[in-house]
Amino acid sequence: MSQNIKEILKERILVLDGAMGTMIQRYHLDENDFRNEALQNHSHPLKGNNDLLSITRPDIIREIHAQYFEAGADIAETNTFSGTTIAQADYKLEHLVYELNFQSAKIAKSVAEEFTRLNPEKPRFVAGAIGPTNRTCSISPDVNDPGYRATSFDELRLAYKHQVKALIDGGVDILLVETIFDTLNAKSAIFAIQEVFDEIGKELPIMVSGTITDASGRTLTGQTTEAFLISVSHAPLLSIGLNCALGAKELRPYLQVLSKESEFLISAHPNAGLPNEFGQYDETPEQMAAQIEVFLNEGLINIIGGCCGTTPPHIKAIAELAKKYQPRKAEEIYI
Amino acid sequence: MNHQLPPLKLSGLEPLIISKSSNFINIGERTNVTGSAKFLKLIKEDNYEEALSVALEQVRGGAQIIDINMDEGMLDGEKAMVKFLNLIASEPEISRVPVMIDSSKWHIIEAGLKCVQGKCIVNSISLKAGEEEFIEQAKKVKRYGAAVIVMAFDEVGQADSYERRVEICERSYKILVDRVKFPPQDIIFDPNIFPVGTGIEEHRNNAIDFFRGTKWIRENLPGAHVSGGVSNVSFSFRGNNTVREAMHSAFLYHAIKNGMDMGIVNPSMLEIYDNIDKDLLEKVEDVLLNRRDDATERLLEFAEQVKSKGKAQVKDEEWRNGTVEARLSHALVKGVIDFIDQDTEEARQKYHPTLKVIEGPLMDGMNVVGDLFGEGKMFLPQVVKSARVMKKAVAYLLPYLEAQKLESGNTAKNAGKILLATVKGDVHDIGKNIVGVVLACNNYEIIDIGVMVPTEKILETAIREQVDIIGLSGLITPSLDEMVSVAKEMQRQNFKIPLLIGGATTSRIHTAVKIDPVYDGPVVHVLDASKSVPVASNLLSKDLNHDYIREIKNEYEKMRQAHAGKKEDKSYISYEEARANKFKADFSNYVPTQPTFIGNKYFLNHDLSEIRKYIDWTPFFQTWMLQGKYPKIFENQIIGKEAKKLFDDANSMLDLVIKENWLQANGVVGLYPANTIDDETIEIYEDDTRKNILKTFHNLRQQGKKGSGIPNISLSDFIAPKDSGIKDYMGFFAVTTGIGIEAKLEQFKKDHDDYNDIMLKAVADRLAEAFAEMMHEKVRKELWAYAPKENYDSEELIKESYQGIRPAPGYPACPDHTEKPPLFELLDVTNQTGIILTESNAMYPASSVSGMYFAHPDAKYFGLGKIGKDQVINYSNRKTQSLSELERWLSQNLNYEID
Repeated sequence: MSQNIKEILKERILVLDGAMGTMIQRYHLDENDFRNEALQNHSHPLKGNNDLLSITRPDIIREIHAQYFEAGADIAETNTFSGTTIAQADYKLEHLVYELNFQSAKIAKSVAEEFTRLNPEKPRFVAGAIGPTNRTCSISPDVNDPGYRATSFDELRLAYKHQVKALIDGGVDILLVETIFDTLNAKSAIFAIQEVFDEIGKELPIMVSGTITDASGRTLTGQTTEAFLISVSHAPLLSIGLNCALGAKELRPYLQVLSKESEFLISAHPNAGLPNEFGQYDETPEQMAAQIEVFLNEGLINIIGGCCGTTPPHIKAIAELAKKYQPRKAEEIYI
Repeated sequence: MNHQLPPLKLSGLEPLIISKSSNFINIGERTNVTGSAKFLKLIKEDNYEEALSVALEQVRGGAQIIDINMDEGMLDGEKAMVKFLNLIASEPEISRVPVMIDSSKWHIIEAGLKCVQGKCIVNSISLKAGEEEFIEQAKKVKRYGAAVIVMAFDEVGQADSYERRVEICERSYKILVDRVKFPPQDIIFDPNIFPVGTGIEEHRNNAIDFFRGTKWIRENLPGAHVSGGVSNVSFSFRGNNTVREAMHSAFLYHAIKNGMDMGIVNPSMLEIYDNIDKDLLEKVEDVLLNRRDDATERLLEFAEQVKSKGKAQVKDEEWRNGTVEARLSHALVKGVIDFIDQDTEEARQKYHPTLKVIEGPLMDGMNVVGDLFGEGKMFLPQVVKSARVMKKAVAYLLPYLEAQKLESGNTAKNAGKILLATVKGDVHDIGKNIVGVVLACNNYEIIDIGVMVPTEKILETAIREQVDIIGLSGLITPSLDEMVSVAKEMQRQNFKIPLLIGGATTSRIHTAVKIDPVYDGPVVHVLDASKSVPVASNLLSKDLNHDYIREIKNEYEKMRQAHAGKKEDKSYISYEEARANKFKADFSNYVPTQPTFIGNKYFLNHDLSEIRKYIDWTPFFQTWMLQGKYPKIFENQIIGKEAKKLFDDANSMLDLVIKENWLQANGVVGLYPANTIDDETIEIYEDDTRKNILKTFHNLRQQGKKGSGIPNISLSDFIAPKDSGIKDYMGFFAVTTGIGIEAKLEQFKKDHDDYNDIMLKAVADRLAEAFAEMMHEKVRKELWAYAPKENYDSEELIKESYQGIRPAPGYPACPDHTEKPPLFELLDVTNQTGIILTESNAMYPASSVSGMYFAHPDAKYFGLGKIGKDQVINYSNRKTQSLSELERWLSQNLNYEID
């Protein structure tokens, strides 16, 4: 399968799915939807722990994956953005981390297989989504004690290993380390992934996607796009890219940097514009597609999709565009 | 080929790309505790804010990478590295540039790698400890996403010629690129910049060899870069900055021309090449490029002219012309004892009252010694020699001090009073004495009450002398319990003063789990002598001690929790399962050899010159805190010279020991028929009829869960079972080379000569081990004669290449010290050789060794590890010794909690 995706990526631009959270909001779920029998008496409120729905409401997750594939996505991201012991500690659900990742992977994979069967010309893939956790390894949360850290490389590494193993056991085709606001967190995730590869004796393609926080053009922990690229280039990545925080238009200059400097394929999954004063994303599919078309036209991209605020119609519009353009050809940069 | 490789790309918050067209990359060197006394002081004082400003200054001054090094004996290097890197991360103006994590200790490097988000450089790895470790570390560096500096250093030593540089760098490169798949452009070689102009013939090509080596690397190892520490080159011109700056610039000029593309440089110590005085430049380049035979002499001559105030090549005796203060300081720093009485007398006449001599010039001198030691610029043997000079001077002044004290009642001020003792049942005191010397050098008053000191005496003395700290030492495992008892008693008697714990078997974890909880006062484990000073000063500092004590208590509490949580980690199997998985020694292809005699043979007053040949010197250097293997240690750039001096001193002493019969060597070997009667019990018979049982020896069996095919071993597995009908044998021995040592030690003590006191003990210890090695060979070849044709050289003996083993009770394979009394009875050790057993079953004199011989070809050393209660109960039944008593003896080997 992994050979396959690399071959396909030489031929065309692949489409990643859109937001999971935005879609879940539409179901107007309440606390009960986040509890199954085993969790009836769980002491902590669970509402909002979207990853948990893969266990308590698999039907919803399945339906969302299906809608994105229907819209033309080639790759679905598993519902595991917060699937680490560190992130789940907020809900006191560390013990469910394996289950949660495993089930999420299985659900996404089974939907993907269904769609591949229906149209073998367009095989569908599953990327195990690995979020940044809610802690940072490079910044102190305490302004009075800048040397302090709320987590460590090793703590993160172990948490990531746990998640990665479960995702692979559940059958994902790709691992996607995304929304990286702290490069050290990402390095720990990449380290963990390589350790798991060593342990199981096989490797999957790795996608890495950082987040440029604002117009400063830097990550939250202060790195420029190029410094970020250099810092994660030691691993054999399938792709490097950017997602979240910015809309397609704002992302473009940084994608240009990546495309110019990177030996890896380039991915982007921007938000549906910048949030409005209510925190909502209101770029329409057409508006977003128009922005994306600019850099597809420039030949910057190999994998394109959507982050916060994007929906199946957005992905449909993006997928239509992707068909029209050639993927970025990695140049021989050093001649 | 070369042009296709990408450049070296590094990053802090911003990228740094080092390509063919880049200018020379400046690596800032000031954030390095080994190179900057100022930075060291800041880190030591925990003044990280100032320390950060050192880093900032460097970046502002143009450093494109900053080298960070926290390798300093008195520091917790790992902690300092992590803290500093974390703080840098919050200073965007500093963390803009990539860092270089610089340490000779891998654990510090790895801890550092876990703190930086950018792509940094590791400084350094090398083939020093062999390919396996090199590959292992390179793989890790790659996985952490860093570039790496590779030192031109291999198993044989540092590359010091052109050919060796080429050989080592090429080999390192091939391993990295072909086997580790390390990106070639991420490899930076440090081909060793060595001093020139030293006057030593072999150093004349040092710079040229570096230039040529650099050129070769850049032309033959595609992608690789070359770096180095430039200030080394001018090492022999310290104190003459004009010459040094010229040398640095000229060196860089040539090195860069040959392809060196980055380096650790102090920009303020760099003259612009073109601005160098032409005459000076010519002489400098003559030296660098080895252009004339008299180049060094000419530069030295020139150096004398340009230098403002004289130093460099001083005549040996010239220091005698200085002031009395300067002479005392010189004598202390250099450890010269020859003129100390006369100089002290001169000072005594100058200073009134006499106490001022100590508080003034003598303490000033010792402070210099303490500082140099702290900075790693002096080594333990030198410090001990300095202490000897100090003690001698103080002894000279003592009568005058006493007289004046009677008149005025004044006593000397010092940093604090520390009581040191080796606990009851233990006789080892080299380490304790070293701690005493090091503390005394730092102005602590030391009350050393010796070895085998019972609790009551320790506490009585502490009260009477009003000491500020008690330090306990011990080497054998039962001493650990003894220390717990002392701590309990301190608690009961309402002591509040700090308790320091040190010695070979002690550990931070034992201190945290067993000692700290029983005493409310501060308890601190002190790893080695170098750590004793910061610990004592923190404990006795009025400003710091509260925080420090709280920090230590918290740390130990955390360790206890971690320990409690971790206990389940290692899995154990039941005693029964362990027995079922015993080691099956092959008796089908092996017929035990019948020894040439049955019974005991005594070797009294054995020839020490024969024993001497068997000495393994490596542990001797460890005793003196010099790390390295003999004889390679002499080649070490940093400690080699001191090691050689120490070695020569030891051998001169050995000559005297032998010539003047200072020590007597006594030994005994016993060889007996032996069989096992169950899985762990060995019977020793009077003769080959195997009817009369003389003694029974009880062994223990490993209980840790093993991988498939790996047995749970017991020493008994190497002896044939009785019911097999095989006539097997076993041997026993006890040797000492410590008889008569007291008289000599007494004499050294009278002369206030700690150096020779420690030296004699260290030498006697080595002789005892050598005697055991020699005796073992005699047993294999002549007495038991199971390997009569064996022919090994001393190195192979040290590596234990021969057939059979000689484990000692109290050591890893058989940790129970209570197996020593039956051994002593069987061999009649005490009556015949003079070795006695203390109540903790330590041997006295300390320079003694006893143990057992196993001849089976499969016999090997192993560690027992932890065992379960099921086995201890069985053991207690077999030995008919109470369970609780045995649990106390075996406390370090139990996988469960007692009480």
